[in-house]
Amino acid sequence: MAQPLIQFEKVVKSFGSNYVLKEVGISISKGEVTTIIGKSGTGKSVLLKHIIGLLHPDSGRVLFKGMPLLKMKRDERRLFKRKVSYVFQGNALFDSMTVFDNVALPLTEKTSLSKTEIGRKVREKLDQLELFNIDDKYPSQISGGMKKRVSLARALVTDPEIVLFDEPTTGLDPIRKHAVHHMISDYQKQLGFTGIIVSHAIPDIFYISQRIIMLDEGSVIFEGTPDEIQADQNPAIQEFIKGIEVLQDDLTGMGLQVQGEQRFNEEMDRLQRFGIPFSIILLTIDNMDEINRSIGHMAGQTVMKDFATHVQKHLRIIDSCSRCGLNKLMIILSGSNIERAKIVCTRLSIELSGNELVDIEPYPEFCFAVSAGFMEVQKGDTLGDLLAKAGSRKDMGYAFRIC
Amino acid sequence: MPILTFLNTLFSRLGAFPTHVIREMGKIAIFSLKGFGFIFSYPLQISKITKQVYFIGAQSIFVIILTGTFTGMVLGLQGYYTLVKFGSEGLLGVAVALTLIRELGPVLAAIMVIGRAGSAMAAEIGIMRISEQIDALHTMDINPIRFLISPKIAAAIISLPLLTAMFDVVGIYGGYITGSVLLGINPGAYFSRIESNVMMKDITGGFIKAVVFAIVVATICCYKGYYVHLREEGFGARGVSMATTSAVVFSCVLVLMVDYVLTSFLL
Repeated sequence: MAQPLIQFEKVVKSFGSNYVLKEVGISISKGEVTTIIGKSGTGKSVLLKHIIGLLHPDSGRVLFKGMPLLKMKRDERRLFKRKVSYVFQGNALFDSMTVFDNVALPLTEKTSLSKTEIGRKVREKLDQLELFNIDDKYPSQISGGMKKRVSLARALVTDPEIVLFDEPTTGLDPIRKHAVHHMISDYQKQLGFTGIIVSHAIPDIFYISQRIIMLDEGSVIFEGTPDEIQADQNPAIQEFIKGIEVLQDDLTGMGLQVQGEQRFNEEMDRLQRFGIPFSIILLTIDNMDEINRSIGHMAGQTVMKDFATHVQKHLRIIDSCSRCGLNKLMIILSGSNIERAKIVCTRLSIELSGNELVDIEPYPEFCFAVSAGFMEVQKGDTLGDLLAKAGSRKDMGYAFRIC
Repeated sequence: MPILTFLNTLFSRLGAFPTHVIREMGKIAIFSLKGFGFIFSYPLQISKITKQVYFIGAQSIFVIILTGTFTGMVLGLQGYYTLVKFGSEGLLGVAVALTLIRELGPVLAAIMVIGRAGSAMAAEIGIMRISEQIDALHTMDINPIRFLISPKIAAAIISLPLLTAMFDVVGIYGGYITGSVLLGINPGAYFSRIESNVMMKDITGGFIKAVVFAIVVATICCYKGYYVHLREEGFGARGVSMATTSAVVFSCVLVLMVDYVLTSFLL
């Protein structure tokens, strides 16, 4: 097994008599997005602050590539810190500096870049995060969502290897929340950094995370993939996930993946007991990254919202549609065989193409490149396998573009 | 055994306060040394120091002129009526000048700077601490003491002696207004006595005091703000307000105490 990038070994941390971390042991792999979930006050942020060195363990060790952080020499620690960025829960922007100066600070203080070069880098990051014409504004003069993005820009301006996000979407509206998740996911893919996120945004955060760690009363009670945590039978985990989950996706207004799975299980039960067929269609917006790049993450989320609304309009009341990924929608067609699924799919492509699909006209020759995978479900099929098949477009479905 | 427990509690309580005081003094000393030392670390923070000189020094000029003038005037008034009893009113100029140059100039200028800039320093740094801005500096590998505190200490060291000099000059003219303009002492006598009796040692002593006060004021005010999160009582905004009050009170008291110690060495 490859050496973990960051490792906690029996880390104990207390504040007075309050033990916040109790012998915590976790591993974080390079290039992955790991999300730490758990109730408030269970030590998630404290855990994050141990990585950056804002807090030190009472006992136990925090290791970076096998090297204990506390045993690093000054130069090694300095080098490590330059590889890490931290996005604070409350943004921690310097309120007496302008937005531009805030983002430029890590470069002006810690690099020998020229003013022009710093200006170019800062401008580039601000543009990427859709922060236009606010260079000279102070943090108190911009909105909460903008502040969050400025703090994200400040964290990313140094091209870090590890980015720590402390509740990056708290207090944001659904579109902005999804935009921030998209941004994290996109930049992680582009820049390849290792992301560690403390978040309550379940299940959205599952879409962008490769690993989930759950803390409960200072101890790790789960470490695994998003699929594994959703399938885990531990009542404490299920109670937390179910308790925090909303009934519908706040962006698209559709059901959540977990509800889609429930519906799938119900239909499978009917198929096995009464032989009533059903099919699934998986709609994937293939060019979501391109849309985000061209018109920005915020507008990209608005587009996704509009698309979902239009899809829903063209379904029967007995069909179920749920969101099952950042850019994926799953439709379950009750009582339908493959022929009917094909008809529905064709009709969807025609009807959606004929409509003014989005309220905004993002850019000329704008198109949704949507691939629609459809399949009649057979007895014994599992949802995971079907989604993988639909996703890989093997033996099923076809792609179409809606302009 | 109960006696042992009682003694244990008694001595630990008795010892707690001095231990706390000694620990605090040590922390302040280390904080001050670091803050002072980082002034000279490369690259020099000229632009930040200049901004702070403007804030601590230039923006305090008006209040220094105002207080200096009235201090000199009241010294002139009190001095005249005391000296006239002994027929020595001709010494008014030197009395006013020496009082100002040796004592009141540095002390009152320091107290004015505490009121105007010291409280602002404590509040600014305290707010930066509670809103995690100082933690943000740590995460960027920027030393907060070098970045925030050193420019303030450097600016105070530059500004306070200049403000003291201004206070002294304005105060001497204040004494002249009451002594000569209002009460009729010969202006020539007023100024010539100053010239012949004020020694270079007096002026140097005043400046030494001003420099020491500058370090004391800037360090204490920044220290109180910087460690606002470690206060045992008062958190958040209340903590900052209490830290600001404590910074002002503590630095005023310390200025007077240090003044006594310095005077005893300088005389």
